[in-house]
Amino acid sequence: MGKFGSLVWKNAIRNKRRSLLTVFSIAASFCLLGVLLAIYVALFLSTDDSPAGARRLVTRNRISLTQVMPISYEAKIRQVPGVESIMAYQWFGGVYKEPKNFFARFACEPEQLFKIYPDYELSDAEKKAFIADRAGTILGRDLANKFKIKVGDKITLKGDIFPVDLEFNVRGLFDAPKNEETMWFNIDYLWKSLPADRRDFAGTYLMLAQTPEAAPAIAQQVDSLFRNAQVKTKTESESAFAASFVNFLGNVKLYLFAISAAITFTIMLVCGNTIAMSVRERVREVGIMKTLGFTNSEVLGMILGEATVISFLGGILGCCIAWVLCRGVASASGGFANLEGMALVPWMWAAVIGAAVVMGTIAAILPAFGASRTNIIDAMRYSG
Amino acid sequence: MKLPFSYNLRNLWVRKTTTLMTALGIALTVAVLLSILALVTGLQSAFSSTGVEGNVLVMRQSAESELSSNLTRTQFQDLKLRPGIKRDASGQPLASLEVVSTVQLKSIDYDSGINISIRGLKPDPGLKLRSEIKLAAGRWFAAGKREVTVGKNVAKRNPEAALGQDLSFGKATWRVVGIFDAGESAANSEIWGDLDQICSDDNRCDTLSSALVRVEPISNVEPFIKGLKDDQRLSLGAMTEKRYYEQQTSSAAPIQFLGIFIAIVMAVGSSFAAMNTMYAAVARRSREIGTLRVLGFSKLSVLLSFFLESLVLASIGGVLGCLLVLPLNGFTTGIGSLTTFSEVAFSFKITPEVMLSGLLFALFMGALGGLLPAASAARKQILDALRDI
Repeated sequence: MGKFGSLVWKNAIRNKRRSLLTVFSIAASFCLLGVLLAIYVALFLSTDDSPAGARRLVTRNRISLTQVMPISYEAKIRQVPGVESIMAYQWFGGVYKEPKNFFARFACEPEQLFKIYPDYELSDAEKKAFIADRAGTILGRDLANKFKIKVGDKITLKGDIFPVDLEFNVRGLFDAPKNEETMWFNIDYLWKSLPADRRDFAGTYLMLAQTPEAAPAIAQQVDSLFRNAQVKTKTESESAFAASFVNFLGNVKLYLFAISAAITFTIMLVCGNTIAMSVRERVREVGIMKTLGFTNSEVLGMILGEATVISFLGGILGCCIAWVLCRGVASASGGFANLEGMALVPWMWAAVIGAAVVMGTIAAILPAFGASRTNIIDAMRYSG
Repeated sequence: MKLPFSYNLRNLWVRKTTTLMTALGIALTVAVLLSILALVTGLQSAFSSTGVEGNVLVMRQSAESELSSNLTRTQFQDLKLRPGIKRDASGQPLASLEVVSTVQLKSIDYDSGINISIRGLKPDPGLKLRSEIKLAAGRWFAAGKREVTVGKNVAKRNPEAALGQDLSFGKATWRVVGIFDAGESAANSEIWGDLDQICSDDNRCDTLSSALVRVEPISNVEPFIKGLKDDQRLSLGAMTEKRYYEQQTSSAAPIQFLGIFIAIVMAVGSSFAAMNTMYAAVARRSREIGTLRVLGFSKLSVLLSFFLESLVLASIGGVLGCLLVLPLNGFTTGIGSLTTFSEVAFSFKITPEVMLSGLLFALFMGALGGLLPAASAARKQILDALRDI
């Protein structure tokens, strides 16, 4: 078997240029399959597996996210067994200096914020200052660096959804394991600046369940609490909530499947073509091997083995490139949906390389079969 | 002396299987690029056919979208009386006060549902300002009733909003009494109802979203917008209705970026495959090349001939790619606009320009894949080439 293996390897590298070109060509395709797989998993299958992430739930108005809920809901939801903490939070929108300076701005309840996001790193002094100052705000460190904002600065947001312009004192910069391009401020400050009839609402409630296991039951209970109320609610896990924004990109699932199918088909063509070319050059050689006593199945195995080696190498190279690309996309995603968590994890390496081997071998079956069954006399007579 | 073109065609024909497989690889790459371009073109055409020349959309200063804008009735009264706004036959200014919100509806594409825009307006002058919109089925919503008329794409894509259904949003349900057809316009993705009825459900009858006004003649549009912005007392902003929609084409940016990236990586792969095929062609025809050179064909004409062959191979792929995506033409899909925070449905559009860029893309792959093999063919020493088996 060792000898046979070295025969396969020698054949695979005998036309180095062709083998290299094929490996590169296959690598390009598998790199894409890897990236698309990682995108798919990040968008549709990912869950926040940090201890607190799996416990966070989001409640919003059932009609749509742009409709608000009364603040009285907060107290009612807090009564639901299993809810550890809850806070109202509200998307502010608005403009910071220029419309293009877009980032997430949320009004929240500062004291609850740090319970619900225990992984926010912020010094105790900054935390206290933020909680104590109604006009205080904290920003993610990346965000602050981007706009050169320091602790102690005053920043102004021009409102659009809310017809107010708010001035804030920057009280702290936080680090978080995930997206840091967020600004948080006190929802009380927002309410007090609005006319009396537009106060006391929340666009969303964020809650922390006592255990991850309790989360699904809490979601059901919260929604059934308001089933007969004027304003109905929809509660889901934080990652499901984030995933609901994916539909905004269009029918991504369909696109990903269609493109992956096109790529897969291309790989089969490239692989099959290369093997066919190399087999055509070797018809006489196959004849000689058969004269020497190689059986049909040995010849078949040898040619399939060559395809396997080439596609295996292509798969590995493709994965390496995909790994780099995934990191790039993740850091450039700016926290959209769950893309920042996108990565080519070990099982994806295995899946992509496995697919490479299987597809490469399948694509070679037809030409390999043809070669293995060539009649010796015909083969020896063949002039290429 | 030039080698005849038929020489290339025959050579491609002799190696039919290889030619076809390489061309198909290129075709699929072209198809991926073309579907993305068709998507963007379709979206662009939906947005650019939205809006009427002379219509100006007025929102709160600094608001980027109707959804995040606020406009009070007092502001609207002042706005209505501004000079420059066209008046109808009875002398009323053509100015429509509107309220915009969203409802999440199930869609044929996503079970989880997607936001759809709801617009509250008065048929007079709201519909007068949008003369391109026609009733396709049923009737228009009546004033003071819980009724809506929906755009044709909403009726088609959101089963909950089909004609005769009861939609639930605001304080209770709304009967879908009609379907309107706005041509290719993005308005096809909206639900329309009576202004007063919709704003009272949302408890916002004093502060609405925006106003649409008609300014005539067209040359007055820019001065009108500028005058409005400069009026500190009103604190309003405005832009032409056309511009408001055109800028939403950027909604397709993420998909466009991803699609073009994929097409480029696939093109790299396909060029390598084409290179392989061409190198094999050069190797097989070594003796032939030697013979051609002996006959007096120059190095350059050998190079050109092989390069041309690669281009022909690629353009077969390009044409196949165009044919592959053709069935996509007219296929309707939706994308979320971050401005309206709701879905806009549109159709893939394969225009001659789109096809042309596909062919050019294919030729580019062919050129990349053909240059090196062609050069190696031209560099062959005559004697070595003749001796090759």
